Parts: sequence; C-alpha cells; structure tokens
Amino acid sequence: MKPLEPVRKTTLDNGLTIITREMHHSPVASFWIWYRVGSRNEVTGSTGISHWVEHMLFKGTPSFPPGEFDKAIARQGGLFNGMTWIDFTTYFETLPSDRIDLALRAESDRMANAAFDPAEVERERTVIISERQGNENDPEYLLGEALQAAVFQAHPYRQSVIGWQSDLEAITREQLYAHYRVHYTPRSAVVAVAGDFATTSMVARIEELFGGIPSGQSVPPLKVVEPPQRGERRVTVEGPGTTAYLEIAYRAPRATDPDFHAMVVLETILGGAKGMSLWGGGTSNRSSRLYKALVDTELASSVDCSLSSTVDPYVFSFSATVRDGRSPSDVEAAMLAEIDRAMAEPVSEAELAKSIKQTRAQFAYSSESVTDQGYWLGFSEVVADVGWFESFLDDLAAVTAQDVQRVARKYLGRTQRSIGWYVPTDGTDEAEKQ
Amino acid sequence: MATRTNGSVLAQIHVEQSIFRLSLPGADDTLRRVLPNGITVLARENWSAPSVVIEGYLQVGVLDEPSDLSGTASFTASMLSRGTRSRSFAEISELVESIGASIGFGADRYTTGYSAKCLSEDLDLVLDVLADELRAPVFLGEHVDRVRGFRMTAIAERENDTRQMAGLAFRELLYGDHPLGRDVLGSRQSNKAINRDDLVSFYERFYSPSGMVIAVVGALPADEVVARVERGFGDWTGERPSRPGLPEMPRLESLRERRVPMPEKTQADIVLGWPAMRRLASDFEAARLGNTVLGVFGMMGRLGQNVREKQGMAYYAYSRLRADKDPGTWAAVAGVAPANVDRAVEAMLAEVRRLRDQPVPEDELADSKQFLTGSIPLQLETNDGVAGALIDMEWQGLGLDYLRRYADMIMALSAADVQAAAREYLDPETYVLAVASP
Repeated sequence: MKPLEPVRKTTLDNGLTIITREMHHSPVASFWIWYRVGSRNEVTGSTGISHWVEHMLFKGTPSFPPGEFDKAIARQGGLFNGMTWIDFTTYFETLPSDRIDLALRAESDRMANAAFDPAEVERERTVIISERQGNENDPEYLLGEALQAAVFQAHPYRQSVIGWQSDLEAITREQLYAHYRVHYTPRSAVVAVAGDFATTSMVARIEELFGGIPSGQSVPPLKVVEPPQRGERRVTVEGPGTTAYLEIAYRAPRATDPDFHAMVVLETILGGAKGMSLWGGGTSNRSSRLYKALVDTELASSVDCSLSSTVDPYVFSFSATVRDGRSPSDVEAAMLAEIDRAMAEPVSEAELAKSIKQTRAQFAYSSESVTDQGYWLGFSEVVADVGWFESFLDDLAAVTAQDVQRVARKYLGRTQRSIGWYVPTDGTDEAEKQ
Repeated sequence: MATRTNGSVLAQIHVEQSIFRLSLPGADDTLRRVLPNGITVLARENWSAPSVVIEGYLQVGVLDEPSDLSGTASFTASMLSRGTRSRSFAEISELVESIGASIGFGADRYTTGYSAKCLSEDLDLVLDVLADELRAPVFLGEHVDRVRGFRMTAIAERENDTRQMAGLAFRELLYGDHPLGRDVLGSRQSNKAINRDDLVSFYERFYSPSGMVIAVVGALPADEVVARVERGFGDWTGERPSRPGLPEMPRLESLRERRVPMPEKTQADIVLGWPAMRRLASDFEAARLGNTVLGVFGMMGRLGQNVREKQGMAYYAYSRLRADKDPGTWAAVAGVAPANVDRAVEAMLAEVRRLRDQPVPEDELADSKQFLTGSIPLQLETNDGVAGALIDMEWQGLGLDYLRRYADMIMALSAADVQAAAREYLDPETYVLAVASP
C-alpha cells in the first residue's frame, strides 16, 4: 500500500492560503474554497446573512450568468455544493481531473465578481425562508436551535446558521453585498485541492487565477468571550408528534485547545467513532457506553454524542430519541449517570486502544475519496491549521486514561450543562409519563 | 432554458476518453465466480487505500411476507446482528466496532441486502461474523421486543414527518392493495403482531445461499477473496421456495389525490407521479435521460429552474425515476409553503407538459447526456461506489460490460426518444398526487 502523499501549504502574496495533496488512485480531483465567515460573524438583526450570501454565489457573475455555473459543472460530470456553518462558508467542485480547471476559474471569478442582482436576492429570500420552514418541520431541529440559544449568552454561537425568520424577512441586498465584500477576500480564504494533479502546475494555475485579486482588508478579530455558566439551564420545546427527544449540551474546548484530543477520546468511548465521510454512514455505536446504558436498557431508540471542532469554544452535546412509551426524565437520568461515571472512574486501557483503532480506520476510509480529503484539509486549516489534521492520530494516541478523566471533570460538571426536552403534544398520555 | 452565453469558458477543456475507460469495471478486471451452492462472487481489486468493502444480497424480501404481517422482512434483517448460535449481540458489536468496521443489513421489495466495511487486515474476521449472522441467527425473544420498540418509535417519527407521510400516501394511492405497494417498515398493527415464531419461520423458509450475491472490492487479490468467501459460505446449502408471480398492476385511469393533514407543521411536502417501466424496458434509458432534463441536471433540472430559481417557491423541487424488475415510478417532489401548494403543482405539471409537447432542444439534451456519462468516474472513485455498481449490474442482469457500453447507449438517444418516453408515462391529466401539509 502506498502511503498518502504529503500535504503542501503555500501562501500567495495577497494572503490566499493553498493546501494541496496529490492522490492518484482515480482520475478525479476536488477543489475546495473556504472563507472564514459563518454565523459566528453575525449580529442581531441580520442572522443568516452568511448562509444567504452563500446562496447568492450561485446566482451569477458577469462571466457565469445565473444558472450557468451549475450547468457548466454538471456538463463536465461534476459534483458541486456550498455549505455554511458557524465558523466558515465553503464551496467545492469535484470533477474528472482533466476538467478541474473549470472549478478554479469559477471560484476565482465568484470570489470577486458575484452580481447580487436585486431580483435574484428577492427570489432567494423566499427559497431560504422555505429552507428554514423545512427545518422547522423537524422536532430535533427545533430543540437544537432552542438549546443553542440557551447555552450561549454573549457569543454569536447562540444563533442558528440559517438565521431567524424576521431577519430573513428584513435583510437587504446592500447588507448582503457588504457582507460579501468584507469577507470574500484572498486574505480570509483557504483553497484546498486533493486528487489527480501535479502540485507545481496546480499551484501555478491557482496563482494565475487568484493572485491578481486584491488581498482585502483584515477583518477585526471577534473578541467576545462567553461568560462562565453558573448553573444548569433548561429548555422545553413543545410541538406535534408522539416522540420525545432529549439533548444535553456542555461547553467544550476549541479545536486548538490542549484538552481537545482527550475530549475526542471521551466522545468516542461514550458515543462511538464518527464516520468522516461527507455523505454519512459507515459506523454504528452499539458497543459504546451510551448505547449500552440507554438503548440496550430500552429507554431510548437511539443515542449519540458529538464534539465539534471549532474556532471558539463550542459545545459537547448528547442526544437521544426517547423510545415509544418511555419518558424523557428516565432517559435524562440514565444519560447523566453515564456522564457521572466518566468523571468518577478512569476509562480502561482497552477502551482507550479501541477508540484509537476506530479513528485510525475512519482516517483510512477517508483517504479513498478526494472530496472527503479536500474537505478535511480545508476544514482543518480553518479551525486550526492543516498540521492539526496531519498529527491528529498521533495526538490521539498520546492521550491517557487520566487525561480523559481530567477533561470529563473539567467540562462535564453539573453546573455546566444545559438540558433540552422536546415534548410532543399529540398522545401525551402515552409518551409523557412524568 | 438559459442560453449558453459563455461557451468560451469551456473551450479549453479537452476530454480524453481513454483515461476514463481505464477506471470502468468490466468482465476483464472483475472476477465473477459462481460457487456450487449458487452464490455468485464478484471481486475487484483496488490498492489505493488499505480498506475493503463488501456488498451483496439474498433472494428474500418484502414480496415474501405474509400479507397481514408487513414489515417481517426488514424485522428479520434487523435481527441478524442480534445474536447467533456462537456469539451474543454484545460480542458481535464489540468485535466489529473495536476494529473500526461496520456490518449492516436491510430489506427491500425483492432482496435482503448487506454491506460491510473494514481495513483489509480485518477481512477474515468481518467475513466470519457476516457469515455467522446470515447463517446462524437465534432470534432471542428479548431482542425481538427491543427491535420491535425501535420500529414502533420509527413509525411514530414517520407519522410526524411531512416528507415521509407524503411518500407513504403516494404509494398507497398508486398501488392500493397490490403487493408492490407493501411498506418495508409495516404498520403499527403488523409490527405489534409479528412474533418470534413468525421471524424464525420466515428466516428458515426464505434465507438460503441460492441466488445470493457478494461483491468484495478493495486491497486484496481477487482469487484470494473468492477463496475466503468460499470458506465462509461454501458449505451453506438449501433453496428457497419459488416466488409466485404477481397479479397485473391495475392501470391508472383517473387522477388520484390525497391531502394528509399535519397540523402545526410549517411546510408542505408534495409527491406527484406516475407508474413507470421496468429497468430492462427498452425505453428506460430514454426515460432516465428525460428525467435528468426534468428534475436532475445542474440545480434540479427544469423543475428546480421553474419552482426554485424562477418562482422562489421551494428549497427543493426535483424528480426521480425508479425502475426495477417490476414497473417502477416516475415522480416529482417538492417542499413548499402551504399557501403555495397549488401553484407548485401547476408549475410541476407545466414542466411535464413541456417535456411531452416539445422536443428537448439539442444543446439541452447534450448537457444532460454529458452529465450522465461524465459523472461515472466520480461514482466509481471509492470502493463503495464500485461495489454498488457491481451489485446493480448483477441484480438487474445488465452484464459486467454495462458501464463500458453505457456512454455509447446514452449518446445514441435522440430528443424524439425522450419525448416518446415522456408521452408514454407522464400524463398531465391522469396522475397520483399526495400532499402532506399543515
């Protein structure tokens, strides 16, 4: 088996960071561009603006009139999308490798020349409101959004990425365009390319297309620090259905924090290994502690926990679907008992070794796909730096059982949690036995 | 359709077909061997990552269920990992997950499928567990009840999901009592009624190696893969009883419509569709090309262009064509604000009429053809992608050279072929419409 080619990092004079990794297993390549802007950079009254800007980048430039970009990629047999998250906005194109130049031309074009046509802005307003309303149909979305707003008081992580309905009704074309101009610059962008290309000519071509774009003004750093949490918080959302859901969130360290890798091991032991594919799937968590405590005991029909790798401290969250006929209070008690156990006793050496082997396997699977690889290279550079990804397995292997217990005690205390219940209002006599 | 004003952007692109031919699986680089007990093994080597994917199916599915116990096939599949004669559920879970592997099962109309993924160093262990699960499940009563609970919760969640409820109503309207309309999950009533004996007798009657297919793709020599599969499954014997033929599907002779009220929801979901052809029907590829124009190409084709881009009514509006051994379905779906349901249905029907009444312009047709043929390398990049393609070719009886013939087949289609398929299947007066809406 050939080892993966090394990652190469280049910075252009205008500040654009370029990460490349050659992968020659298949004649395909994936081009990603990341902007350091997400709901983290938004203020009250214009939440959701970063996501809306992302939509507008598909609505045309003078060289690619509306609709032409997606057709041009599809014509070449390609795959494309855009995604907005709390810390970033990103776009990618995966194409047969001899056609990847189209991605470079399209992305360099829309970094500088997106049109934001007023009529297109209005049509997209209702599309995004429809996207929000589709989310609102999902009870777990409603619960997650409410809980996130309870966890953070000062930090913009309290706002959902899609934004509040009234903001989506009020945001103007001028606000959108100004947001675009401030954040879509080489200085705050990262390009990540993985696949079947030669690094030297790829970097030269990126420089040719992006090098002439002015670097842009630097965005003042976000200085908000979330104040300490001084006690448990509770949120209840009521809505249709007969299924109850539970979510518990703790404040967690950022990706670059020295505690982060120990938290990843804790996450894996409690909730199982996470797949690294963008398309999901590929893992089960039936031997995890939470599954044994909540699902094998027939309290919940599914359980999960999730630690996000983020720029600022975010959350470590636990979620469960309450089994038909069970109550959220029983599920909550069982979940908290497992969390207490992680604080009270060190994990076993066998659990430690298992979590590392599981993660190693997921890294191997992720090297099958240029799209997954491009994602991880760019993502890592945005939330930490690409070296964080490259040394991830080694840093994980260095974690000890004592480290895991220490971080559990540091972050999972009683006063540090926020607990959310989705209480269904149909057939409440059966589902809700308090 | 928007005109291509920027042809120059594409002028620099030069496509060398020969590069892509290399990555297409065919009979010369995929080992296909039929074992004496009727198992077909497909093996293709890929040495780019230290991992292996297994995918396959057994000839047992929803069509074999007793009509009053719908859900039996998927219930049985869920029980396979819940303990065997030699290993408990907890032991299986620990063994598989502790090496970062996964094994999963699921049933559909015709088959029970399975898939597994692991590092290549662990293939023996994973094949051993997979064989054990398929050949020696014990159906412990305690696990039957536990799995029943998951299923009841899934049914409750579905009843609160507009997308799933619109889909369910669509199938009920289209198929009525016909066996093709049976729901994989089943109803609250049937899931309550299915007991351990029902699962055991379903398993014993229908699970057998005859007609089983297993595809293994990854970093292992193909010959060795066949030998290992033979070790795990070679001494499994038995044949299932043959499946009786299905009654004719009643024709769709008038418009069928149902609105599913879901109070307190924010958005409505729409499914509008028709019965379609079999996968091997001569007009399938033309219909697939027509469907790509209608609701797939670029940002969800003409439907996306009309409903989302022009009218700003929906986040998603697209179409899908499903075809298998029996006639499938061709449907358009969208999620819109409740006040826009009628306008969206009107727009969907208008696009259907346009596909029937006017030949697709040559450049638009060429776009969709290029998409269908050009996206093959992306689909075949990973082991999962290759295994999925091998299984599809085997199940549908397309032949292992299908992907190598595919581009020529698509390129030979004309606008008249697409229009004929649209006229045959997409009747804008007689259709099935299901809407789940607050």
